[in-house]
Amino acid sequence: MNAATTTENAAAMADSALAEAPLSTKSIGEVILDVQNISLRFGGVKALTDISFDVREHEIRSIIGPNGAGKSSMLNCINGVYTPSEGSITFRGKTFSHMNSRQVAEMGVARTFQNLALFKGMSVLDNIMSGRNLKIKSNLFLQALRWGPAEREEIRHREFVERIIDFLEIQAHRKTPVGQLPYGLQKRVDLGRALAMEPQVLLLDEPMAGMNVEEKQDMSRFILDVNDEFGATIVLIEHDMGVVMDISDRVVVLDYGRKIGDGTPDEVRNNEDVISAYLGTSH
Amino acid sequence: MAFFLETLLGGLMTGMLYSLVALGFVLIFKASGVFNFAQGAMVLFAALAMARFSEWIPGWLGLDSKVLANVLAFIVAGALMFVVAWLIEFLVLRHLVNQEGATLLMATLGITYFLEGVGQSLFGSDIYKIDIGMPKDPMFLLEGMFQGGVLVNQEDLIAALIAAGLVAGLSLFFQKTKTGRALRAVADDHQAAQSIGIPLSRIWVIVWTVAGVVALVAGMIWGSKLGVQFSLTTVALRALPVVILGGLTSVPGAIIGGLIIGVGEKLSEVYLGPFVGGGIEIWFAYVLALVFLLFRPQGLFGEKIIDRV
Repeated sequence: MNAATTTENAAAMADSALAEAPLSTKSIGEVILDVQNISLRFGGVKALTDISFDVREHEIRSIIGPNGAGKSSMLNCINGVYTPSEGSITFRGKTFSHMNSRQVAEMGVARTFQNLALFKGMSVLDNIMSGRNLKIKSNLFLQALRWGPAEREEIRHREFVERIIDFLEIQAHRKTPVGQLPYGLQKRVDLGRALAMEPQVLLLDEPMAGMNVEEKQDMSRFILDVNDEFGATIVLIEHDMGVVMDISDRVVVLDYGRKIGDGTPDEVRNNEDVISAYLGTSH
Repeated sequence: MAFFLETLLGGLMTGMLYSLVALGFVLIFKASGVFNFAQGAMVLFAALAMARFSEWIPGWLGLDSKVLANVLAFIVAGALMFVVAWLIEFLVLRHLVNQEGATLLMATLGITYFLEGVGQSLFGSDIYKIDIGMPKDPMFLLEGMFQGGVLVNQEDLIAALIAAGLVAGLSLFFQKTKTGRALRAVADDHQAAQSIGIPLSRIWVIVWTVAGVVALVAGMIWGSKLGVQFSLTTVALRALPVVILGGLTSVPGAIIGGLIIGVGEKLSEVYLGPFVGGGIEIWFAYVLALVFLLFRPQGLFGEKIIDRV
């Protein structure tokens, strides 16, 4: 893409959500995602037992808990990877007892992965572009020939992706196959792909696992900016207590598949059950 | 010189046919990370369907036109490959999402035997011929430059043109369309692909259908040259070194790998053969593949395999 086409399509860009998103006008809204009495069993193993919580629009909602508490399982239920044994999930007023991943994606829920699940052989650009797949509507043959409306549409999506690349500060790696990038950058690409879906709810599964302090700061900043600028609601799983307490609006605490705490970071910090789950108690 | 050119052209055209079969492997590997052992069986199955339907259809419909019969047979065989693709997805692949590559490979091994068996019991196991009216006469080119000119087989030339067109179309499809991007995405990570809303099952049906149609074209061309018989499945064996050379994940690699092996086979047979008593053509491709496996396992154009320790 050359500079001339970029300016030509500046107008077309104006309708993209990114351009419209107001800056830093965070106001927590209605309940957007409501999880009711979810239980999940694998044979005899109870991964989740009777979990209920809600997520409000524009908030950062964290799920924390010791290892094996069922955090990722919870996320996988919301994302449609696992089908809960019992319970229901209400998204924007529609209730589901089970969803499949595609429906979830179509409704505007995107996710990142704990163990990087990127398309390793594809470039950074293609990885993020793949997040736009559900939004590309033009005819297959026109796309193949890059002709007429299909070309204009491709350019529009590309502009959007370029903004994400700028936002995540990975301009220099645009054409690099993702598999060759260092870990911290791969995590950003993972986030970028999810952002390309223009999600209403963004599920982040340990976005800071295995990062050093500096990388964690960068990632925290991205998460806050995504929440602010893109207006996305964020459900965050994270181990780093400092980060969670700093950036979350509300926190759910799980232990052995049960909910033991729910509230603002301060409430959770002073909750007896939570303290004993993390530090142990004397009996 | 004229003789050298003839050998070279002959090699290029044979190579184009290897490429066509190799393409089937590459397509499925790119889109599902499965090394599809059944590609050879699919070539046989498609060619058998094509041969038999072009025989039967004139009888069923009372047609006289040979062209029309061939076109209809092609369409019916293509539809059959779609049904096969759908069944493979529904009965096999759907149950193996997120499994190891080796598991999927074994599944395709099973599909191979199934397709070979079913193909022969449906369509018979004799030698059939496909007559798509390709001109069999040789052509003489460049008669002004060399005495007697350069002899080119017209049939090979047309086959090579068909193959080239197919390859160009597929490259565009993979690189430029969102479905192509989705196919590449599925190859790398099933779960991540699902999370961005790519429907795995539909993608698999698409890619196995495309591979089926490529097998049909390959089967049709090989079949019209050699007759449709069980030994067509061994054509797939010839395509293995091609994909190793070109790289399992690269469409252009399959083409160039095919051409290199086609040309290499013919030239080495003609020019080195006399010194070692001939027969180089048979093992040349495999030795070349072995050398590549030693020094460049990802092939000429394949994606470099990076493993973090």
